[in-house]
Amino acid sequence: MDALAALSVALPLLVAAALVGLAPVCPRRAADAAAVATAAVVTVLCLVLLARSLDGPVVYWFGGWTPRDGIALGVAFAVDPVGAALATLAGVLATAALTFSWRIFEAVRTLHHGLMLVFLAGLVGFCLSGDLFNMFVFFELFSVAAYALTGYQTTNPGSVRGALNFAITNSVGAMLVLGGIALLYGRTGALNLAQLGQALARGPADRLVVVAFLLLMVGFFVKAAVVPFHFWLADAYALAPTAVGVLFAGVVSELGLYAVARVYWTVFSAPLARVEGLRGVLLLGAVATALVGGVMCLLQHHLARMLAYATVSHVGLTLAGFALLVPVGAAGAVLYLLADGLVKGSLFITVGIVDHHLHDVDERRLQGRGRHMPWAAALMVAGALGLAGVPPFGTFLGKALMEEAALEAGAPWLIGLFVVVAALTSAALLRATGRIFLGLGPPGPNSAAAGSGGSGSGPPGPGAGRAGDHHRRPHPTQLAPAVVLLAAAVAVGLAPGIIDAAEDAAEHFTDRPAYAAAVLEGVPEPGPAVAHPATPFGGPALWAVVSALLGLGLAFAALRPDRLPDRVRGGVTRLWDPVAAGLRGLHDGGIGDSVTWLVVGMATFGTLVAVVAR
Amino acid sequence: MRFLPYAVAAWLLLVGLYGIVTSRNLVHMITCLSVAQSSTYILLLSVGFERGGTAPIFLDVPVGTKAVDPVVGALTLTDIVVGATVSALLLALAVQAHKHHGTLDPERLKPERD
Repeated sequence: MDALAALSVALPLLVAAALVGLAPVCPRRAADAAAVATAAVVTVLCLVLLARSLDGPVVYWFGGWTPRDGIALGVAFAVDPVGAALATLAGVLATAALTFSWRIFEAVRTLHHGLMLVFLAGLVGFCLSGDLFNMFVFFELFSVAAYALTGYQTTNPGSVRGALNFAITNSVGAMLVLGGIALLYGRTGALNLAQLGQALARGPADRLVVVAFLLLMVGFFVKAAVVPFHFWLADAYALAPTAVGVLFAGVVSELGLYAVARVYWTVFSAPLARVEGLRGVLLLGAVATALVGGVMCLLQHHLARMLAYATVSHVGLTLAGFALLVPVGAAGAVLYLLADGLVKGSLFITVGIVDHHLHDVDERRLQGRGRHMPWAAALMVAGALGLAGVPPFGTFLGKALMEEAALEAGAPWLIGLFVVVAALTSAALLRATGRIFLGLGPPGPNSAAAGSGGSGSGPPGPGAGRAGDHHRRPHPTQLAPAVVLLAAAVAVGLAPGIIDAAEDAAEHFTDRPAYAAAVLEGVPEPGPAVAHPATPFGGPALWAVVSALLGLGLAFAALRPDRLPDRVRGGVTRLWDPVAAGLRGLHDGGIGDSVTWLVVGMATFGTLVAVVAR
Repeated sequence: MRFLPYAVAAWLLLVGLYGIVTSRNLVHMITCLSVAQSSTYILLLSVGFERGGTAPIFLDVPVGTKAVDPVVGALTLTDIVVGATVSALLLALAVQAHKHHGTLDPERLKPERD
């Protein structure tokens, strides 16, 4: 039965190979159906794994090479609820993205489906792997599929450049990960996460351990797009085809954070437990990421780019949850990742629908052109509320748990960060909604130039000319995935017992000795030993409402600046404009700039870690 | 001499990164990425190196014969495959960039900004 874990990776790889091999003879509808069905089956397999892993990790040793006397010889998949839940998220998003592309992708061939399934296999394998080197291999597998998908539309110069920047920056990140793995292997002779953790627990955090930690973390920070390792992200996410953007914004950055948390707790938690300042260093990165992403999100007018920066800012919030280094924070971060990924997936599909119908994704050029699309407006508003984290969305539960952890860890100011950042991202979306679907706001410089070409968020289908807007309802295969993903985000928030389940899962996720015993000795983990204190909801609910109202207020201020008193407007302009201009300038660079920032970020992070680890 | 391979690995990484940062030609940039990538091969191999060790083939040799670590060899091979894949994909993108947009200068491939 444990072979299910291997099957959930092998199946999409086999189907992908078959699709590409049979491409010349396979009818397009059959290929579409096979791809969607495979993604759906993978989702179900991951759900089964999730259900089974609630009673203790599911460990599968490839080729039957089980550990001898507590020494790992083979390569393992070690499935715990956190990994299985993220794998399920990847499956759900892939199913939705492939369903969405059913109608949109008139022009694509089966190669796209093959790449999507390889991408999915890499994501799932990464979540389930219990071996550090295999994590690296799956990391590269899904990354390479992602580079190819980003550059799929080679006729768009932005798309090619986005793919190149994405690929080069992320390859440098992957090299650093591999360097870290090499150092750890040289020290311990192990690659299995549990074995590595046990070996390192015997010694102190000496220089080699700290350097290996640094290399691994920076490599995963690049994938997670933590500031200042995020400069590649916007071009890649915004210019990839919509179906790919769904997976990017929904799960790829999240997996970078998952890797940070997984590797920290299984490998480094024992030697670094005495390093008091580590929490502060990680929180610094989280705050910078959340604020830079939030402000940049508000500065965008290109809808997909807006979602890309919303991803950056929410990565910051999630990193804050993990960075508190307490189980409750990890529980909140994981719930937030799941719900936020679903909401952003839904928003990306909505943007794809807008692009398909109006042939543009720039809110200034689209002003008022969405008046006949109330369903899209409803989806955008619901998504904005999901990003703001109001009940009943699952993002609310995640934030409530992270706020509880922040109070417990003596960092109550984090609540303010959550409120402000969620308000910034939801304000950007509400502003765009008001402008596109209600025609509000001062007329932009381009608003008269109707239909001035798609900006590349979807591949050009046969209907994607400039013939004018489609005044018809979207096809169910477009609308249904967006609605289902939003409903799933609400379901995460309403599922009975999900808080207890998340806290139990996080207890095990952060318990290194129990993980090692379960993987190496086959000892099933004990059930929940402690009852979790009830999470207070009153405060978080109040903050969520404040956040949503603040977002609404910001959106209103952006759309009707004439309604603000002159003094307020002048003050805001004086404060905001330099910040906006500075950040815009920073984010205007090319491939060289993002790699330079990677090096600068690594040096900074390294210096800070070296200082606190002394 | 024990530190020489590590110094070479660090040097290759740095010189490769310098090349990526300053490059104005995609083919040159991708080659620099391969240079940086090769630092990981050297790092991996030097981690598993055993002075006086033989190839890790344990047929017809007495038990306890010194040999280099076969695991890092396997890791390096995997890494080379990954590096080749990435380079091939990137070069394909560079070819497409040249075909459709007539340039190999990454700075001239400007995306549509808002």
